[in-house]
Amino acid sequence: MDTFVQQLVNGLTIGSIYALIALGYTMVYGILRLINFAHGDIYMVGAYAGFILANALGFAASPSIFGFAITLLGSMAIAAALGMAIERFAYRPVRKFSKMTTLITAIGMSLFIEYLFVFIFSGTPKAFPQLLPNEGYTLFGNAKISTSQISIFVISILLMIALQYIIFYTKVGKAMRAVSYNLTSAKLMGINTDFVISFTFALGSALAAAGGVLTAQYNPKIDPLMGIMYGLKAFVAAVLGGIGNIPGAVLGGLLIGAAETLVVGYGGYIGIPSTYRDAVAFAILILVLLIRPAGLLGSNVQEKV
Amino acid sequence: MNWVKAIITGIIFIAILYVMNAMLSKSGFFGMGVDDYNGRLLVFICINIILATSLNLINGFTGQFSIGHAGFMAVGAYASAYFSNNYGVSLLQSFGFLGETGATSVVLLIAIVIGALVAALMGLIVGIPSLRLKGDYLAIVTLGFAEIIRIVILNIDAVGGATGYPVPGYANFFWIGIFTIITVVVIHNIIKSNTGRALVSIREDELAAEAMGVNVTRYKVTAFVIGSAFAGIAGVLFAHNNKFLHTNDFQFIRSFEIIIMIVIGGMGSMTGAILGAIIVTLLPELLRYLQQIQDSTLEPMIGIDLPFNIGELRLVIFALILILTMILRPQGILGTREAGDFFKRFRRADKPTGGVIE
Amino acid sequence: MKRIFLTIGLIVSMLSSFACVQKGGTGTTTSTGDTIKVGVYGDTTGATSSFGQSTKNGIQLAFDEINAAGGVDGKKLEMLFEDDQGTPEKAKTVISKLINQDKVIAVLGEVASSNSLAAAPVAQEAKVPMISPSSTNPKVTEVGDYISRVCFIDPFQGSVMAKFAANTLKAKTAAILGDNSSDYSKGLTQFFEQEFTKLGGKIITKQTYAQKDQDFKAQLTQMRDQKPDVIYVPGYYGEVGIIAKQARELGMNQPLLGGDGWDSPELWKLGGVSLKPAYISNHYSADNPAPEIQNFVKAYQAKFNVAPDSLAALAYDSAKVLADAIKRAGGTDSAKLKDAINATKEFPGVTGKITLDGSRNAVKPAVVLELNPEASKFDFKETIYPEGMTPPTTTTAATNGNTTTNTVSNTNTNSTANTNSTK
Repeated sequence: MDTFVQQLVNGLTIGSIYALIALGYTMVYGILRLINFAHGDIYMVGAYAGFILANALGFAASPSIFGFAITLLGSMAIAAALGMAIERFAYRPVRKFSKMTTLITAIGMSLFIEYLFVFIFSGTPKAFPQLLPNEGYTLFGNAKISTSQISIFVISILLMIALQYIIFYTKVGKAMRAVSYNLTSAKLMGINTDFVISFTFALGSALAAAGGVLTAQYNPKIDPLMGIMYGLKAFVAAVLGGIGNIPGAVLGGLLIGAAETLVVGYGGYIGIPSTYRDAVAFAILILVLLIRPAGLLGSNVQEKV
Repeated sequence: MNWVKAIITGIIFIAILYVMNAMLSKSGFFGMGVDDYNGRLLVFICINIILATSLNLINGFTGQFSIGHAGFMAVGAYASAYFSNNYGVSLLQSFGFLGETGATSVVLLIAIVIGALVAALMGLIVGIPSLRLKGDYLAIVTLGFAEIIRIVILNIDAVGGATGYPVPGYANFFWIGIFTIITVVVIHNIIKSNTGRALVSIREDELAAEAMGVNVTRYKVTAFVIGSAFAGIAGVLFAHNNKFLHTNDFQFIRSFEIIIMIVIGGMGSMTGAILGAIIVTLLPELLRYLQQIQDSTLEPMIGIDLPFNIGELRLVIFALILILTMILRPQGILGTREAGDFFKRFRRADKPTGGVIE
Repeated sequence: MKRIFLTIGLIVSMLSSFACVQKGGTGTTTSTGDTIKVGVYGDTTGATSSFGQSTKNGIQLAFDEINAAGGVDGKKLEMLFEDDQGTPEKAKTVISKLINQDKVIAVLGEVASSNSLAAAPVAQEAKVPMISPSSTNPKVTEVGDYISRVCFIDPFQGSVMAKFAANTLKAKTAAILGDNSSDYSKGLTQFFEQEFTKLGGKIITKQTYAQKDQDFKAQLTQMRDQKPDVIYVPGYYGEVGIIAKQARELGMNQPLLGGDGWDSPELWKLGGVSLKPAYISNHYSADNPAPEIQNFVKAYQAKFNVAPDSLAALAYDSAKVLADAIKRAGGTDSAKLKDAINATKEFPGVTGKITLDGSRNAVKPAVVLELNPEASKFDFKETIYPEGMTPPTTTTAATNGNTTTNTVSNTNTNSTANTNSTK
C-alpha cells in the first residue's frame, strides 16, 4: 500500500508538470489552431532563466522561500516576453497561411532555440541550485514526500486557479474565449485579436517556465534539450484531454504522469519492462482516441459544410 | 509511339545510373570518380526523394496530416535487415549461379519486397485510426506510433537494441537510383490516375468528395498504405547502403525532416518534394564549410579573430533559414506547381499571343 | 508523361553535375607540408553533446600542448572537428567527409559505441587509423586492424565493480538501474550481472530508464521494496546525480556503485551529499598527485574553465597516443602509423599506463574510488588489475598517489590479483 501511494505521489508530481506545459499548448491551439512545437523549449528556457537569475541574484547560496519566489516570477516574466517575441516575429507573419507552413515554422523555432542554447551553454548538463530548504516528510508507512514535490503541487494548483480566474473573470479572458470561438468575428466585434494572441502566448509561456523552474527544483539537472520529451508528452496530454480544452489539459497531464509511473512500478508484473515508459503516453493516447476521437473532455465538433 | 519513347528513356536512365554507380565505386568510371562522402550524399538525396514523394502522397495530395513517416522507414529497414542477416548468406549461395552481382541483387529485391510489405502492413494498422481522426489528432497519433515503433525496436535485442545492428551492404547506388525513379514514376502515375483525382478531391473537400461518391475511407487508407510501403523501401535501401542501423537514426526529428522537405519544396508538388529533399539533404552539409570559410577567408580578410566559431552555429543557421523560408515563401519554393510548369510558361511566353500567364 | 521525364531528367542532371563539381573541388583541400591534419568527430549538438564537447576539449588541449612544444617532428597538429549530432548515420557521413574531403591522416572519436561502430568500417576501408577515446563495446575494435581504443572495455569494467561489491563490500544482493538506450550502460549491466552472479551474489531486480529521463522515483520505489544490499547505476553523471538524490529522498541508504561515466565535476552539484556512500570504477583519480595528472587537470581547468571529466581525460590520452605513434612511425604513412599505434606499450597517459593488446584494446588497471561529496572529490580505494596483467611490485605511484591508503591499497591489490590468477 505504501508503495502504491508512493508511486501515485511520484506520478502526480510529474503529471502536474505535464499539466502546466500542456496548458500552454492547449491555449495556443484553442486560439490559433497551431501546434506550438517550440513550447517544450520555452519550458527549457524557463529553467535556464531561473538558473541564471538564482545565480546572479545570489539566491543559490542560501535557500529561502523569498529567493525561490523571485526566481520563479522572474523566469516566468522572461519566458512570457520570449513567447510574445516568438509569436510576433515568427508566427504572426505566417498565421494566415496553411497549417503545414505554421507547423514547419514552429518546428524551425524549436530547433532554433535548442541549437542556440546548445551553442551558448553547451550541451553539458548544469546543476540547478537548491532554492528551497529541502526536507522529506513521511506521509504514512514508507511513503515519503519532499518539499520540492509539495511546492510543485501547491504552485501548480495556484497557477491553475489563477489561469481559470483570468480566463473566466477578466475582460481579456473573455476576449480570449471569443477569439477561440471565431477569430474573424471576434475581430469584427472590435477585439484587438493581435493583443489577445500575444497575451495567450505570454500566459502559456509563463506557465511553461513555471513548470521548468519547478522541475529543475525537483530534478536539479538542466540541459538545452530537456524540453523535447517533456514538450512532446505535454502535447500528448493536451490532445488526450481534448486539445483546446483547459480542464482537459490538466486531466491529461495528471493521467499521463500517473500512468507512466504506475507502468514503471507495476508493469514488470504484466510483462512490460520499465523502458517502455516513454511509449506508455503514446499508447494511452492512441487507445483513448480510438474510443473518443476528440479526447477525454473535448467535444466532437461536427464538420461544417 | 509512347512506349518506344518510354523504353528509350528507360535505357538512358539505366545507362546514366550505371555510369554514376561506377563513378561511386573504388575504381571509378574511366578515372572519373565521386568520393565516398559525396557518394553518400547522393545516396541520401535519393533515399530522401523516396521518403518525401511518398509522404507527399499522404500529406500533400490526400490532405492528411501524418508526422510519423520515420516510423515506417524504421519498420522496413529493420524487417529487411533481419531478413538479410539471417537468410541473406544462405540465399546468396543458392542464387550463386547468377554470379555475385546477380545474387546480391536478387537478395536485395527480396529484402525490398519484405520491407515494403511489412511497412505497408504497419501503414494499414496505423491507417485504421485515420478513419476516425482528423487533422491534428491524426498527426499526434502517427507521431505516437512512430515513437512506439522506435522504442519497441530499441528493446528488441535480436536486432541490436542500443548497440546497433550491422547489415550487409547489398544496395549500391544503381539500385537506389532505380528505386528512386520507380517511386517517382509510380506516385506520379497514381496522382494522374482516377485514384489520384479521388485523393485530391478528398484534400480539397472531404464532405463534397463523399457526396460525389468517392469512398473517402478506402482512398485515405490506400494512400496511407502506399506511402508507408515506399517509406519501407527507403528504409530497406538505407539499411543496406548504410550497413548499420540504430534507433537514434529514426527519432521523430527524422519525421520532421521529411515534412520540412515537402513543405519547403511546396506541398502537393512532385518536383517540389524532390527539390525539398535535395535542399534538406545538402544544406546542413554545405553549412559545414562555413568554418573553413571563416578560418581561411573571412578572418584574414577583416583581420580580426572572431570570438566564436561559426561552424558551431551551423544548425542555428539551418533553423533560421527554415523559418525565413516559411515567412518569405509560405507556400514553399514551388507551391503546388511542378517544375515542368515553369518550362511550359517560358514556352508559352515565346509565342506572340502573350497575354496573362498563370 | 513528357513532363515526368523532363523532371526526372532535370534531377539526374542536377545530381550528376553536383557530383562532378564536388569531385573537382576535392583536390584543393589536400594538406600542405607543415601541418598534420587529424580528424575528430563527435556530438556537439545532439542528445549526448556534453560527451562530444569534453572529447573535443581534451583533444584540443593535447594538440595545443604538443604544438607548443614544437609539434611532432617539427610539424604542427591540426584538429578538424565535425559534429555528428549523436546519430550513427551522421557519424558515418562526417567520418567519410574527414577522410575523403579533408584528407586527414587519422581520426579520433566517437564516444558512443553505436556511433563508432557505424563509422569504423569507413576508416578501416580507407585504411585510415581511428582511435576511439571512449567507446567501450568490444565490437568496436573487432571491425579491423585500423581501429583501436584507449579506454576499458565493458567486460573488464563491469566485472571490476562486481568484484568490489562482492569481495570488499560483501554484498549478497544487488539491484541494477541502467540506461536502456545507452550501449555503454547495457554492456556494463550485462558484465556486472555475470560476474556478480559468478561470485555468489544475486541480482534481485533490474530496472531501466531512457536517456534524458528526469524522474527515477518510480524505478527506485520499486527497488526499495526489494531491499538490495547495493545498487549498481552504470550511467552518466547527469542522470546519476538525480538518481542519488531521489534515492535518498525515498529513504534508501544503500551504497551506489557506478563506472567512469560518473566522473565529472558537475556530479557534486547535481547529487550533493546524497552521493554517499557511493563507489565508482575509473581510469584514474583526479586527486592523484602524480604530476602528469595534476598538470592535465590544471591546464584543462585553465583553458576551458571547467574541471575535466573522464571523457576529456581519455580524449587527451588518445591524442597523445596518436602523436607518440606518429613520432615512432617516422611519418604519416597509414600502414606504418597503424602499426605504431597498435604497438603502443606502457604509454604514460593521464588515465594510466596504456598498452594495446592483440585486439587493440587498452589494457590498464582500474581504480575503485569512494565518493566524498563533502570535499567534492573521489577518494582512492583500491586498484584492480585485469587478468593476465601482473601488478608492479613497487608501490603503484602512477595509479595511486594517496599515501594514507597506500598500504591498504597494496594488500587489496594483491588479494584481488590473487583471485584473478587463481581462476
